[in-house]
Amino acid sequence: MIDDLAVVARDLTKTFKGGTLALDNLSIEVARASVLGLLGPNGAGKTTAVRILTTIIKPDSGTAFILGTDVIRDPARVRSVIGLAGQNAAVDENLTGLENLRMVGDLNHLPRGEVKARARELISQFDLADAANRPLKTYSGGMRRRLDIAASLVARPAVLFLDEPTTGLDPQSRNDLWEVIENLVEQGTTVLLTTQYLEEADRLARQIVVVDHGREIAKGTPGELKARLGQTVLEIGFLDHEIAVRALGVLGQLGKIPPTRDGHLVEVPVDDGPKSALEALRVLDSAEIQPTTFTLREPSLDDVFLSITGKTTE
Amino acid sequence: MTATTALPADYSEAYAREEDIKWVVRDALTMTKRNLIAYVRIPEAAFFSSVQPIMFVLLFRYVFAGAINVPHIGYVDYMMPGIFVQTVAFGSVSTSIGLAEDLQKGLIERFRALPMSRSAVLAGRTTADLCRNVFVVALITGVGYLVGFRVHTGLMSFLGGVGILLLFAYALSWGFAVIGLSAPNSETAQVMSFPLLFPLTFASSSFVPVKTMPGWLQGFANHQPVSLVANSARALMEGKVALLGSGTVGATVVQALIWVVGLLIILSPLAVSRYRRVS
Ligand SMILES: Nc1ncnc2c1ncn2[C@@H]1O[C@H](COP(=O)(O)OP(=O)(O)OP(=O)(O)O)[C@@H](O)[C@H]1O
Ligand SMILES: [Mg+2]
Repeated sequence: MIDDLAVVARDLTKTFKGGTLALDNLSIEVARASVLGLLGPNGAGKTTAVRILTTIIKPDSGTAFILGTDVIRDPARVRSVIGLAGQNAAVDENLTGLENLRMVGDLNHLPRGEVKARARELISQFDLADAANRPLKTYSGGMRRRLDIAASLVARPAVLFLDEPTTGLDPQSRNDLWEVIENLVEQGTTVLLTTQYLEEADRLARQIVVVDHGREIAKGTPGELKARLGQTVLEIGFLDHEIAVRALGVLGQLGKIPPTRDGHLVEVPVDDGPKSALEALRVLDSAEIQPTTFTLREPSLDDVFLSITGKTTE
Repeated sequence: MTATTALPADYSEAYAREEDIKWVVRDALTMTKRNLIAYVRIPEAAFFSSVQPIMFVLLFRYVFAGAINVPHIGYVDYMMPGIFVQTVAFGSVSTSIGLAEDLQKGLIERFRALPMSRSAVLAGRTTADLCRNVFVVALITGVGYLVGFRVHTGLMSFLGGVGILLLFAYALSWGFAVIGLSAPNSETAQVMSFPLLFPLTFASSSFVPVKTMPGWLQGFANHQPVSLVANSARALMEGKVALLGSGTVGATVVQALIWVVGLLIILSPLAVSRYRRVS
């Protein structure tokens, strides 16, 4: 059973100098050849978890194994099987795109000939062939980000860590990267990715762990997390904030989870869509509140996130 | 985009080789190359870092030389070895600046997650800075020749003097590496380095004979490494007269080398351990 897990972290705790408790007994398991999405608001501890698993910093307590190797006792061995694209692009401004990739290949101790071929292959895979021989100073933010991710793939790592990989990418590049990740996983790579985009976790991740204040606050498949909310979300719009606030009051008893308000929009998660819709309209009518729009939709991970943390993702 | 990724090969082999001496050297060379490319790509930096030592040569030659009287030897020949030492010592500050920049930009973070040798980042930086110092020494030797500096020994002896200077700067680089890895940013790294260097380079025999200093300062100035390195370089470039009657060439060189090797033995492990702990 353990052999099916590429990443096993138990009770990771980390306090930074100054007293910030960044991780508080966090446990993570990632099955081989799957994607785990680590989700959480700013400062939740996502990057700290990634830095511990990639041997950059040591936890105060807890254990972590990558493909059976102890991250704390045998970091050197762990480094030879992982790839990391950190939250901030870690690339050399003075080198060209190709030179950056070759440097990473050399430092991964790949054979010389392979380094060259691999660098070329990745540079075109990430749509940077035109800029291959330009110093990174001339790259845009998104190009830099793509090169950084390409660099993490040079050594064909068995376990890949991507810390907010699509932040700063345009929709096209984001889609391309999702495809790359899906292909890698199909071929056996294990991926742990952190993200602020629930759509991303929804599409890529088999398992999701939601963290806040360094603790796990929810865990499951995207489907399971959504099911916690009920089957349907009623999205009811009103003329202005005040009316929406009043509506929030009268709609409180409708679903198993309290409704939320975003401006003049009220969202009510419910189990039985049509029946609850009728009910909602009846309640509003008897309170003499006029909705301006009324929609039924499937819950998104955003709704899940909002209901668990009480915060939006952005 | 299409991904082409095979399952990982047997990784234990790569791991076993990690600290293999071959990889220690190769990784250091990879990092040296990377740093040298940066020096070549930013010609402004190379230009301005050579302007300062050239300015020193001209200032000491034409502003101070008239006022400073050194027995047995012309002042140009006395000051040039001193300017060499001062230049390479200040040149080694770029080690602290470069490392602080790499830290700031998150590059060290990436390097720390790679299966490369633990010393390569530091070895690559110090070696690149050594190469830069070689270039600057060659340049100011040329400028020195134009303003009257002459070697009065032989080519080999001159090169021996240059060798000691460069080794000294290389040892200092490891010290500046510790500063660079401790500083919050590259500007601070630079500012932190100067208060160390000014007393070392000026309260020395670099520009004036130590005998002209007050007694309490002579004790420090006579025994600190910059003086011994400057004296050695001077003796090797200009002959025994340049020692102004104190000590032999051999003894001076040996003392300088003891300093250099001692600094290297103490500072390099310090820098590596600092690198391991930095986060
Ligand atoms: N090097 C550090 N020194 C001190 N505190 C730190 C350090 N790194 C992170 N922290 C603190 O630890 C907590 C977790 O930070 P972390 O970077 O892991 O969050 P995150 O989930 O990645 O957030 P974001 O979504 O903003 O990237 C934060 O409160 C942060 O301020
Ligand atoms: Mg983060």
